[in-house]
Amino acid sequence: MSILVNKNSRVVVQGITGKEGMFHTEKMIEYGSPVVAGVTPGKAGQAVLGLPVFNTVAEAVKQTGADTSICFVPAAFAADAACEASDAGIKVVVVISEHIPVMDMIRVKAYLKARGTLMVGPNCPGVITPGECKLGIMPGYIHRPGSVGVISRSGTLTYEVVDQLTKAGLGQSTCIGIGGDPIIGLHFIDLLKMFADDPQTQAVALIGEIGGDAEERAAAYIKAHFQKPVFGFVAGLTAPPGKRMGHAGAIISGSKGRAEDKLAAMEAAGITVVKALGQFGATVAKSIGG
Amino acid sequence: MNIHEYQAKGLLKSFGVPVPGGGLALTADEALKVAQSLAPGKLVVKAQIHAGGRGKGGGVKVVDSPSEAAEAASKMLGMTLITHQTGPAGKTVGKVWIEEGTAIASELYAAVVLDRAAERLAVMVSPAGGMDIEEVAAKTPEKIFTTHVEPGQPLWSFQARRLLFGCGLGVALVNQGVGILQNLVRLAWEKEATLVEINPLAVTAEDRLIALDGKINFDDSALKRHKEIAELDDPAESDPLERQAVDMGLNYIRLGGNVGTMVNGAGLAMATMDVIKMAGAEPANFLDVGGGASEEMVTKGFEVILSDPNVKAILINIFGGILRCDTLASGVVAAAKKLDLKVPMVVRLEGTNVQAGKEILSASGLNFEVAGSMSEAARKIALVAAGGAR
Repeated sequence: MSILVNKNSRVVVQGITGKEGMFHTEKMIEYGSPVVAGVTPGKAGQAVLGLPVFNTVAEAVKQTGADTSICFVPAAFAADAACEASDAGIKVVVVISEHIPVMDMIRVKAYLKARGTLMVGPNCPGVITPGECKLGIMPGYIHRPGSVGVISRSGTLTYEVVDQLTKAGLGQSTCIGIGGDPIIGLHFIDLLKMFADDPQTQAVALIGEIGGDAEERAAAYIKAHFQKPVFGFVAGLTAPPGKRMGHAGAIISGSKGRAEDKLAAMEAAGITVVKALGQFGATVAKSIGG
Repeated sequence: MNIHEYQAKGLLKSFGVPVPGGGLALTADEALKVAQSLAPGKLVVKAQIHAGGRGKGGGVKVVDSPSEAAEAASKMLGMTLITHQTGPAGKTVGKVWIEEGTAIASELYAAVVLDRAAERLAVMVSPAGGMDIEEVAAKTPEKIFTTHVEPGQPLWSFQARRLLFGCGLGVALVNQGVGILQNLVRLAWEKEATLVEINPLAVTAEDRLIALDGKINFDDSALKRHKEIAELDDPAESDPLERQAVDMGLNYIRLGGNVGTMVNGAGLAMATMDVIKMAGAEPANFLDVGGGASEEMVTKGFEVILSDPNVKAILINIFGGILRCDTLASGVVAAAKKLDLKVPMVVRLEGTNVQAGKEILSASGLNFEVAGSMSEAARKIALVAAGGAR
């Protein structure tokens, strides 16, 4: 078991003929991900990397039975692409694109919610269930199948954590980069609920950063409902207030969104907090065994 | 993106929100002319910088005549204004806004703000206007009335009425307020603003509502489709180095320390700053060269870091995923040679082809120290920055 994606997923790539889309589709196929189709409006009939290309997601779903999508389309068209996937009956849509206007995301979330579509991202590295399905831009080889679920707001920071876990002898069930924007699809809590029901997942790594209160809400949920051990890290202890630290959502507004408060909330919820990033893998291994 | 009060008031006015008559001045002479063109009576001279708390710092002055307005303007222009939001260095005043005085009966707070948790716009009103709203929220949360705008829906009148009656207003003011709140929501949607704040929204002696201040933040990701908003950006308000970095396509934030950092990915970049601090040194900057850092971006990154005279050492932390470490190491070496780098550097590489990458760095003959982990990198850079043995 795992969550969101596995070897039985049927993946359609939106924006497959673009530079990024094609590059990462090739990497996903190399990893063994079950990619079945691509979509680029106006390019139906072409074949990219041996995959059929369709004009619409609906056609791709009809012809190939796709149930999962990954979007590499430019920011200006990404909101539209996510809604198209939802309308076509796609169950899980992963949006990699960065710089999508936040008002677009408000509308997208309402649209997807009404249709029961799950979204990961935007502005994220994607999702990987090691050994089964890589749906994103993360380097596949650092992952190993195993029992630690990883949820993170960041990209390379997630790779760092996964790499440490793997080197400490700990594989991962599913790793999700939830995205660095102010409004995102699945949140920490949504994924914690899935991990709670996933027998493969024995522990969870929760990687947060400054901005918003997602970590605080996750901590409250964990304290009240989540039984498996959780290991937490929050980036941005040295970040100044009022400055956006790369990610659109990583900003301390007034006294809100500070790393100290997030770490304190995690500690109060019984989460094992790792302050020095270099110690993450070793700390988890020491606690649950490598 | 933030804009000035005078720009916010212009936008508010164009969306039907009442604001006092006023004009902008860059010199005392201009201030005199603006003041003479306004209605006779009290005038308010306000320093235009992107920070709150201007009143306490001497950036707001009420005067009785155009000549006094010119005098106040001449004192304000060029002064360094320090408020709780400017940081200790303060900000230099380059523009003043002069407006007609308002006879204030009471002050409200009104705002439309992106509510991240609710994933929609929130409309907030409070009878405790003119105060720091965070303080009001902390001490007297019952004085803040909030409602949310459903995606694709307007702010319905009943929603606005509920907030305004909650503030204890009479029906005439409530009706004015409904129009103002609906206009604020329209402004936020149409111009893609994540904050539209009026504090205070004054109730005048004549029972009229009028916006005496205005603060608007726009979604940077949406500026491409709002050229008229993007043009409101004031270059004088941002750090020149940060500006240069933006032009190069880099995410760079200047901090106070002496250890320059270059990292791929924003989360890892923040975490790198944090470990430097934990090791006892101070980061000079946040710099994210992008998840798939290229040689070109690394070169640009060096240029920006080295433009900060405080930088005495550089820590490069790259997690090479899709991008291979050997490619990246060649890029670092090429950039360092091209720029004739003299500053000592600690390079931590991890990921694909890491061994080959390290060999390229060692063989380069440059002033690199290679670290194997985050912890080791932080320890080494703290030593180097302190001028210790390497």
